[in-house]
Amino acid sequence: MTDIPLLSLAIWVPIIGGLLVLATGSDRNAPLARMLAFAVAVAGFVVTLPLYTGFDTTTSAMQFVEVSSWIPRFNINYHLGVDGISVLFLLLNAFITIIVVLAGWKVIENKVAQYMAAFLIMSGLMNGIFSALDGVLFYVFFEASLIPMYLIIGVWGGPNRVYAAIKFFLYTLLGSLLMLIVLLYLFMQSGGSFYILDWHQLPLPIEPQILIFLAFLVAFGVKVPMWPVHTWLPDAHVEAPTGGSVVLAAIALKLGAYGFLRFSMPIVPDAAHELSWLVISLSLIAVVYISFVALVQVDMKKLVAYSSISHMGFVTLGFFIFNPLGVEGAIVQMISHGFVSAAMFLCIGVLYDRVHSRQIADYGGVVHTMPKFAAFFMLFAMANSGLPATSGFVGEFMVVLGAVKYNFWIGFIAATSLILSAAYSLWMYKRVVFGKVANKQVAELHDINAREFAFLGILAVCVLAMGLYPFPFTEVMHTSVNELLRHVAVSKL
Amino acid sequence: MNFVVPDFYPAAAEIFVAVMALVTMLASAFARSIARSLAYYATQFTLIAAAFVTIYTMQGEPVYTFNNLFISDLMGDFLKLMIYFSTAIALLYGRAYLADRKLDRPEYYVLALLMTLGMMVMVSANHMLSMYIGLEMMSLALYTMVAFDRNSPRSTEAAMKYFVLGALASGLLLYGMSMIYGATGSLEFSSIAQAVYNQTANQIVLMFGLVFLVAGICFKLGVVPFHMWVPDVYEGAPTAVTLMISTAPKLAAFAMAVRLLIWALFDVAEEWQGMLMMVAVASIALGNLAAIAQQNIKRMLAYSGISHMGFMLLGLLAGVVDGDRHFALNAYSSAMFYAVSYVIMSLASFGMLILLSRAGFEAENIDDFKGLNKRSPWFALMMLFVMFSMAGVPFFIGFFAKLAVLQAVVAAGYFWLAVVAVLLSVAGAFYYLRVVKVMYFDAPVDESPIQAPAEVRIMLSANGIAIAALGLAPQMLMSLCAYALLGSL
Repeated sequence: MTDIPLLSLAIWVPIIGGLLVLATGSDRNAPLARMLAFAVAVAGFVVTLPLYTGFDTTTSAMQFVEVSSWIPRFNINYHLGVDGISVLFLLLNAFITIIVVLAGWKVIENKVAQYMAAFLIMSGLMNGIFSALDGVLFYVFFEASLIPMYLIIGVWGGPNRVYAAIKFFLYTLLGSLLMLIVLLYLFMQSGGSFYILDWHQLPLPIEPQILIFLAFLVAFGVKVPMWPVHTWLPDAHVEAPTGGSVVLAAIALKLGAYGFLRFSMPIVPDAAHELSWLVISLSLIAVVYISFVALVQVDMKKLVAYSSISHMGFVTLGFFIFNPLGVEGAIVQMISHGFVSAAMFLCIGVLYDRVHSRQIADYGGVVHTMPKFAAFFMLFAMANSGLPATSGFVGEFMVVLGAVKYNFWIGFIAATSLILSAAYSLWMYKRVVFGKVANKQVAELHDINAREFAFLGILAVCVLAMGLYPFPFTEVMHTSVNELLRHVAVSKL
Repeated sequence: MNFVVPDFYPAAAEIFVAVMALVTMLASAFARSIARSLAYYATQFTLIAAAFVTIYTMQGEPVYTFNNLFISDLMGDFLKLMIYFSTAIALLYGRAYLADRKLDRPEYYVLALLMTLGMMVMVSANHMLSMYIGLEMMSLALYTMVAFDRNSPRSTEAAMKYFVLGALASGLLLYGMSMIYGATGSLEFSSIAQAVYNQTANQIVLMFGLVFLVAGICFKLGVVPFHMWVPDVYEGAPTAVTLMISTAPKLAAFAMAVRLLIWALFDVAEEWQGMLMMVAVASIALGNLAAIAQQNIKRMLAYSGISHMGFMLLGLLAGVVDGDRHFALNAYSSAMFYAVSYVIMSLASFGMLILLSRAGFEAENIDDFKGLNKRSPWFALMMLFVMFSMAGVPFFIGFFAKLAVLQAVVAAGYFWLAVVAVLLSVAGAFYYLRVVKVMYFDAPVDESPIQAPAEVRIMLSANGIAIAALGLAPQMLMSLCAYALLGSL
C-alpha cells in the first residue's frame, strides 16, 4: 500500500493523460478526445481514493510522503505529503475534474482536445499544489497552474475574454512573485532548506515576520480573493466558459486559503496574531459589503462570483479567529463551497447553453418549462444561502460559533451574511425561475438531459450528504487542525 | 633575446577554427558551382569538430600560453562549447531564410566562423590586448553580417548605426584599458589583480579606467544606458543575423565581464557592483516597459533582451557583500546560468520568426503570430513555451534562471533589488502574454501553411522541448555552470 506513490499518481496521471488527449489532435477526433478525457478524469479520481481510505486520522504528521532530490544545488526536493488539511482538496479536485469534463462534453465544439487537456493538466498541477511540501515545488505548481487557466479563459471565454485572462494572470503573478522572494528569504534564514515543515520550526524576529506575513497576504489574498484585490474574479468568472468558472470557484480559490494554513499561520504565528485584526476586518468587509454588491448584480454569473468572494471571506475569518471551530468550519466551508459554487455555475451554464444569455432579466418562469432543473437549482440556491441540512450551513454555522466565542460583535456581523446570502440567492432564483414565462426563448426551453441530470444529481447528493452528516469530513481534519492551532499558539520570537 | 616557441596545444580549437575559416574561403572561391552548400557544410563541420577539439584539449587546471596572453580553463571551454552550439543552431535556422533572399553567399559562413573565432579569443583572453583583438574580430564580422542585405536601406542603416556606436564603445573600452595600464602598469589580468590587491595602483586613475571598462562591457551586453543600438539593429538586420547577434555574442560579453571585472578587478568589486546595480535596474525597467509598446516583434524581443541582460547583471553584482566573498561562486554561476538559459530561449524565439517567414514575406510583427494555434498547434505550443519561459513562469528554464539569480540577490541581502526586479517582471509578463494571446485567442489573418525545411522544424521542436525539459531538470546545467566557474575563481 505505502510503496505505491499515490500522490505522484494523483499529480501525474491527469497531466500525462492530458498530454495524451492533446495528442489526439484536431477536432475530427473530438469524440475520441472526449472519451479519453473522461477516462483520464475517472482514473485521476480513482487514484486519489486510497488517499482517503488509507488515511490515518489519529496523527497530524504528513502521510503518503515521497521525497527525492530534484535540484540538489539549491537543496530543492520533490517532496510530497498530505495531512488532514490538504487531503480532502485532492479528492475534491479530482472529483470536480470529472464534472468539468462532463459539463464541457457537448458545449465545447471548438478545439475539444485542447480544452479537455487544459483541464486535466490544470487538475494535476493543483493536486501538486496541495501536496507539495517543498517551497519551490509548491511555487512551481502554483505558478504553472496559471497557464492552463489563462488559456481556458482566453480561448473559450466570452466577448471580453482577453482582458479578463490577462488581468487574471497579472494579478496572480504579482502576488506570487512577492511570495517567491519570501521563500528565498526563508531558504536563507533556515540555513538552506526549502522544506516547509522546517520553516514551521524556524524562529524569526517580529519585524521580518510582519513583512513575510504581508507578502503572503498579498500572494494568497489575491488568490482567495480578499477585498480589495478581488476585482479580477468577477471578470474572470463572467468571461470564462462554464468549466473554467467551476474549476476557478471550486478549486483555484481554495489555493489561496490553503496557503494561509500551510504558510502564513504556522511560519509567522506572531505576525498572524499581531495582524489578525487586519485579516478579520478585510474578511468582514468581504462578507457584508460584497454581499450587498452581489445583491445588485444583473448578470447571474457575476452574482455567483461575488457570492464566492463573500463566502471565501467566511473562510479567512474562520482561520484568523484561531479556534478549532473556526478553522474546521472554514475548511468545511471551503469544501462545501467547492460543491455549491460548482453546482451554481453549472446551473447557470445549463441555462446559458440554451438561451445564450446570463442576464437575469432575460429569464422568468423557467420552472414551467424545466421543472427538473428548477428543483436542482432550488437546492443549490438554498445551499448557497446556508440552509440547514445542506453543506452550506455546516461550515458557516461553525465559523459563526467560533467567531462568537472570539468576540461577540465579530460573530454578529458575520452572521448577517446568512441573511444577505439568502437574499441575493433566493431573489435571483425567484426572478429567474418563478413568475410568468418571460419570453419566447424561455417558452421553448427543454429540460435537462441525462448527462446534465447526472452531474447535477451527483453534486446534489454531495451537498445533502455533507449537510446531514459532516463527520467523515471533520474526522479527517480534526487532528491536523488541533496540531496547527497548538503550533500557532506558540510564539516563535 | 631568445625566442621561445609557445605551447599551441591549449589553443588548438582556435587555431583549428582559424584555419578552417581560411580553407572555407579559399575552397568556395574555387569551387564556385557548389560554393554555397560547401561553405555551409564546411562551417557546420568546423563547429562540430571544434567542439570535439575543445573537449579533447580540456584540462582541469587553467593553462596559460602565448606569454600569458591566452588562458584555457573550464569556464572558457564551457562557454566555447555553448558558443559553437548556438552558432551552429543559428546557422541551421537561417540557411533557408538566407537562400530565399539570395543572401546565402559563402562569405556569410566565413564571417560566421570568424565571428566564432573572435568570441573564442574573447572567452580565453588573459590580457587586455587579446581581449580587444577578440572583441574587434567578433564585432567586425557582425557589422558586415548586419549589412549583408546590401540592397535594403534598413539593413544598411542598422549596420551603420551598429558600426559607429560599436566603434565608440571600442574607443571607450580602449581608453579604459589604457587608464588601467597607467594605474597598474600591466595589461595582463593577474598582474592587474595583484596591483589592485596591493593597492599600489593610483586609485583615481583606476576608478576612471573602471568606469570606461564597465561602459564598454555594457555596450556589448546591450544594457541601459548603452542600449540604443539594440532595437534598431535587431529590427534592421535580416532575421537570421539578428538571431546571431542575440545569442552567442551575449555569452562572449558575459565572459568579457567575468574576465575583466572578476579576474582583473575583483578587489574593487564593491565599486563596479554599485555601477552594475544602477545599470541592471535601469535595464530591467526600460526593457520591460518599452517592450510593451512595440508592435514589431523583433523590437519587442530586443527590449526583452535588454531586460534579460539586466537580470543577468543582478547575478554578477551579488557576489561580494561587505567585503565577504563567500557568495561569489553562487552569484556568478547564477549569472552564467541565466546567460546560457537566455541564449537557449533567444534561439527559439528568433527561430520561430524564421519559421514563419518565407520567400517574399518577413514575419516581424506580433500580428504575424495571429491564430498560429489554428495554423500549427505544435509550433504555437513551442512558442508558448518560449514566451512563458521568458516571462519566468515555471516549469520552464527561464523560471529557474530567475530563481537562481534572485536567490543570489536575496542571499546578498539586497531585498529591495529583488522586489524591484520582481515587480518589473510582472510588467514584463504582459507583453509575453500578448504574444500568447494573439497565437491562441485571435483568428489567423494569414491562413497559408508553414513552409520550412524539415531540419528547421525538427531543430526548433527540439529547442522548444529543451526549454521545457531543462525546466523539469535544471540541476545538470546549473551544476555545470558552477563547476565551470569553480576552477576560475
